[in-house]
Order: sequence, then structure tokens, then C-alpha cells
Amino acid sequence: MSVVLPGAALPQSTPDPVTPRHVPHHGGEANPSVDGLRVQFGPAIGRHDVMWGETTVWVDVTRIREVMLWLRDDPGQQYDYLVDVTAVEHRDLDLPLEMVWHVRSLPYRRFLRLKATLDKNAALEVASIEPVYKAANWLEREVFDMFGVHFTGHSDLRRILMWETYAEGHPLRKDFPLRGRFSRSEQLSQALAANPEARYSMEELSVADAFHELPADMRARLAASVRTGET
Amino acid sequence: MSTTTRTLDVALSTPTLGSDGTIRHVPLTADARGTLMPIDMAPGSEPDMGSERMLINIGPQHPATHGVLRLVLELDGETVIRCVPHVGYLHCGFEKIGEYRQYNQIIPWTDREDYLNSMGNNIAYALSAERLFGIEITPRCTVLRVIAMELSRIISHLVWLGTTAIDMGAFTPFLWTFQERETVYNLWESWVGARLTTSASRIGGMAADLPPGWIDGLKGFLRSLPKTLDETDRMLTRNGIWVGRTVGIGVMSAAEAINYGLSGPLLRAAGVAYDVRKDVPYLDYETYDWDIAVGTKGDVYDRYLVRMEEMRQSVRIIEQAIARLPDGPINVDDPRVILPPKRKATSEMESMIHHFKLVMEGPRPPVGECYVATESPKGEKGYYLVSDGTSKPVRWRIRPPAFVNLSAISKMAEGHLLSDVIVINASIDIVMGEIDR
Repeated sequence: MSVVLPGAALPQSTPDPVTPRHVPHHGGEANPSVDGLRVQFGPAIGRHDVMWGETTVWVDVTRIREVMLWLRDDPGQQYDYLVDVTAVEHRDLDLPLEMVWHVRSLPYRRFLRLKATLDKNAALEVASIEPVYKAANWLEREVFDMFGVHFTGHSDLRRILMWETYAEGHPLRKDFPLRGRFSRSEQLSQALAANPEARYSMEELSVADAFHELPADMRARLAASVRTGET
Repeated sequence: MSTTTRTLDVALSTPTLGSDGTIRHVPLTADARGTLMPIDMAPGSEPDMGSERMLINIGPQHPATHGVLRLVLELDGETVIRCVPHVGYLHCGFEKIGEYRQYNQIIPWTDREDYLNSMGNNIAYALSAERLFGIEITPRCTVLRVIAMELSRIISHLVWLGTTAIDMGAFTPFLWTFQERETVYNLWESWVGARLTTSASRIGGMAADLPPGWIDGLKGFLRSLPKTLDETDRMLTRNGIWVGRTVGIGVMSAAEAINYGLSGPLLRAAGVAYDVRKDVPYLDYETYDWDIAVGTKGDVYDRYLVRMEEMRQSVRIIEQAIARLPDGPINVDDPRVILPPKRKATSEMESMIHHFKLVMEGPRPPVGECYVATESPKGEKGYYLVSDGTSKPVRWRIRPPAFVNLSAISKMAEGHLLSDVIVINASIDIVMGEIDR
């Protein structure tokens, strides 16, 4: 029987972490992984800054999966824990959408924020990191649902908090009004007309009796055993 | 004894449909005692049931799903082949609403996400906002917050313990644990006036200082809780049904648990000694003498043991916190966030303007962003705030531990029986308010 101890990769003499005090707004010691990233990926790594004690590093959005895989597997980094995947849209609508990944290295007790920008005038697409961290499965589905970012290579990219036929858009986008796009009466009539079975995914329906009620193209895809859902 | 065999043509109570759409009758025989048994059929004449799967829907309205969670299960006999959770029935758009609220106005929303741990959420959010404002809270406030967070952890675990025991057929522990929980709600009520939705924290301090005699009430709770825990321990830990239904169920190895992003008791039960209070400390947790409860097998039984031990460790922390509770102010002396005293606000013009501006316009943090994690009863609960210098955040992101933990249920339930799914779901300790937000 053994137990995984965080901080195992640090030298024995490293003091235990303490509650941070008087954290500066800007500056301070950057996470040493930034230098490692620059050596490994060169121009794919953009600027970095240290704010409130946390290091943010900007990466090329097209190489995010490579970067994550290296951060997880390199013995000098070991970022084994994905904390969060989210996105930020600024109030200034000309600014690009930002993807944010928070990763943690348990063996080295490090925390790193990775950011990448997505041009809002092009297709919002980024590689899924679900093959690297299983934790990304639902977190990326939520970003897709709330911001409309498509994650290529995700095993099951469906809406998660809103229902699958939700037609009003992506709620956390800044151009989405707080009360939704549709009028209250429209929202109500849609809710009353909604088919509760609609929240079965295609694969569930393939097992269910309702298979023959599916549209022809869905049945064809299922017959060809193109798996789109959970594996 | 002679055996008379009679053939009966009995339709099953749930008739099976053949491929041609007709009802299939299963011939049965009865022996002298009247015991029914199927007729021996020639090999190969038995219909092949191997490929027939059944789809079962649990929830969203089901007492054992602990909220409006819907699970769609694909069953082979009674074995779960696939488990697909559907969430979102309680989605209220907290994060969207937060973008339209001042920083202090967000605190009531934090009550309503993980409503079993509302005090813990209040404080976790305040810690995150204080980092964004660059505020250091007072020593008394720090210790009070530790007491509040640990009490909050205890009552959340008590609810978990009681409801999980009910899921497995034991009603008594539910009554014991809810009795204890009631004491804490009385303490909350005498401190901040609310029981469930406390809204107790403010940026830079707390809504109120402790009323007289509050610590005595707390000490009474700390005397009675260990007895209740011991009783529950005697009732469950070596109970044959409890052990039989939890050991080896829903196992996650340490490596899997880390990769799935599990946190809190689920991660520690899998043998990972990661606790935000030790590894990324806040509120001076490193200065208290306490231990992390760690399991080894990662099954439901270990999660139960971890939570039981965590409650005892929380009692240890609270006892030390009471001993060191200093006197002094609970709010920082920072006019950016703290209102002037009411007496001054009604008698001095400057204080009234100050009060008016803080309430109407709200405090403004500098441009920036921060992520502050805390150890909630469910796991790593973090708040990620992005500010553009105005009085409302650009982004208020809740890192929901139960959301990430629940995403692993498909993996945990695979290959187990239908009845185990209920136990596995209970062991995750979900609160749908937090998952759907």
C-alpha cells in the first residue's frame, strides 16, 4: 500500500507551503516552468506575466495539446492535475476571446495558468485536451455550451448545461442579453413544446425503442456505427 | 416420493416480445411442492438474449439521485454497460449574473450554489475577491473564518452521511446526523441571522462579529458531535450490509483519480494526500495541527472512512481555533471596501458620501485576475475573477468540484450492478446547485 504525496519531486529541504501574505499585484518570482516551455517550444510561447502571485503564460492556440502533453509527461514539470478549463470574453468586443487553462503539478506543487487567444471573426476552434486529461471532458463541454468554442478531437462535444436543442446561442458571450435572446412568451412556448426525450443522445436512442423515429441521416450514421457519443 | 410434473403455460408478468411482435410465453413446470421451474430446453433452442440491452432512465426526479440529476443506464441484465449522466436541470446562469453584479452583491449567489456549504462558499469567494483587491484581513477574521469553514465542512459531511445511509436502507444515522446539523444551523442563525443561505462574508471581513455566548454554544456542539460520530461509526463501519455494499464499489486508482480531476474525499480515498489546506494553504491552515485522511483503495467504503475522519480532524482544528481566537476588529481598515460606521454615516457628510458611493457604485478592484482555491467538503472549490477595473467583474468563474467529480461517474459505474450505481452516486456527494450553477 502506498500513498501519492504531493511535493514528492521537491528536495527534502523544501519548506512546507504557507499562506501567502502581501501578494504583489504585479511581479514576483515567475513559475520556473515558463523557462522550460520557452526552451521546448520556442516561438509558440508568447509573453508571460506574474499577477497576484500566479504565473500566466500565453501559448500558440494551435499547439495547445502538444504543450499540455509535454507539461504532463516531462519529468521536470509533471503537471498531472487539470484544475479548470474556461474562457473569458472582455467587455471590449474588439478584444479576442481568451481560452484559459489552469493546471497544477502535484509533485512540484506548482500552479500555472495558460492562455490563448481566439479570433472572434474566424471559427472558434481549439484542440481538445481531453486525450491528455480526462477531467477536460465536461469542462470543455461547458465552454462549448457557454461560449461556442469547438474543441476538435473531443469524444462527445454536446451542450451540457443547456439542452441540446437550445437555439438562443451561447449564454456567457457578452453579446448575449442577460434575459436571453428570445422573448419570455417565445421561451415559454418552446419549453412547453419541448420533447423531454430530446435529451437522449443519439447513441442512447439507438438502444431505445425510439430508433425508428430518428431522422434518416441519424439512422444511417448509426447503422454505419459512426460513434459520436460516449465511449 | 413420486413427482408429478405438469406443464403450465404461464406468461411472464413482464411479457417479452418476440422479433415478430408476438408475446413470448415461457413454459414452466411445477414439482410436487408446487415450486415453479422452467422446462429443460434442448440446447440451441433457447433464444439468444446476449445482445439485448435495456435502457433505464433514473431521474431527474428521483430521491436517490440527490437532486435533479438524470442518469441513463444501458444494462445487460443487471450489469451497467454504460452510464450517461445528464445535468443542467438547475442551471440558473450564476456566472452570467455575476457579470452584472458588484463584488459584494455576488456573495448571496455563492450561498445558493453548494447550499450545504454556504458559509464555506461565502468565505472562499471573499478570499478570492480580497486577493483581487490586495487586501489582508485581520487576525480575528482569519480565525473566525477557519471556524466557520470547518463547521461548514462538518455539516456538509453530516448531510452526506445521513442521506447515503438512507440510500442503503439505514434510516437511524440520518436522524442522528440531522440532529447535530440543527445545532450548527442554530449557531449560524444567532451569528448572522440566517440558517441556510448565510451570506456571512464581506470583502475585507465578515457581516457581523460573534454574539455573546456563541463560543459556549460551539463548545457544546464540539462535545456532542464526537459522540454522534462514534455511534454512527459503531452502527455502520463494521455493519455487514454497509461493508458488503460499499467495499470494492466504484474503485478509482490514484492515477485515474488525478487524471479525471477528482478532488476532495474522492481523491484522498484513492490514496492521493492532496488537500488544498495543506498544499496551497489559506487562512493560516498550515499553523494548525491536523492530519489529512487518506484511503488506499479508492472505493466507496474508503470515501466513507475519509469523510468520517475529516469531521474529527475538523473538530481538532476548531478546538485550536477557539483557543487562539484573538480580540480585535473583524473588518479591515480599508475605506475602499468597508462601509463607515452607521452612526458616522448618519451624522457626518463625508461618511455619508462615502457610504453612498460604496453602496451605489461599489468597490473597484485594480485591473487583473486571480484564482483562489479552497478545500470545500466536495473538493477543490476555486473562484477565478477577472477585473477590468470597473465595479463589476468581467468574469466570475466557479471551479465546481462536484461537477468534475460527477463527470467520472460513467467510469466508476461501468461493470457494476444497477443498485451499486445508487451507492456510487451517493459517494460522490453531489449538490446539483453547484453542478448546474
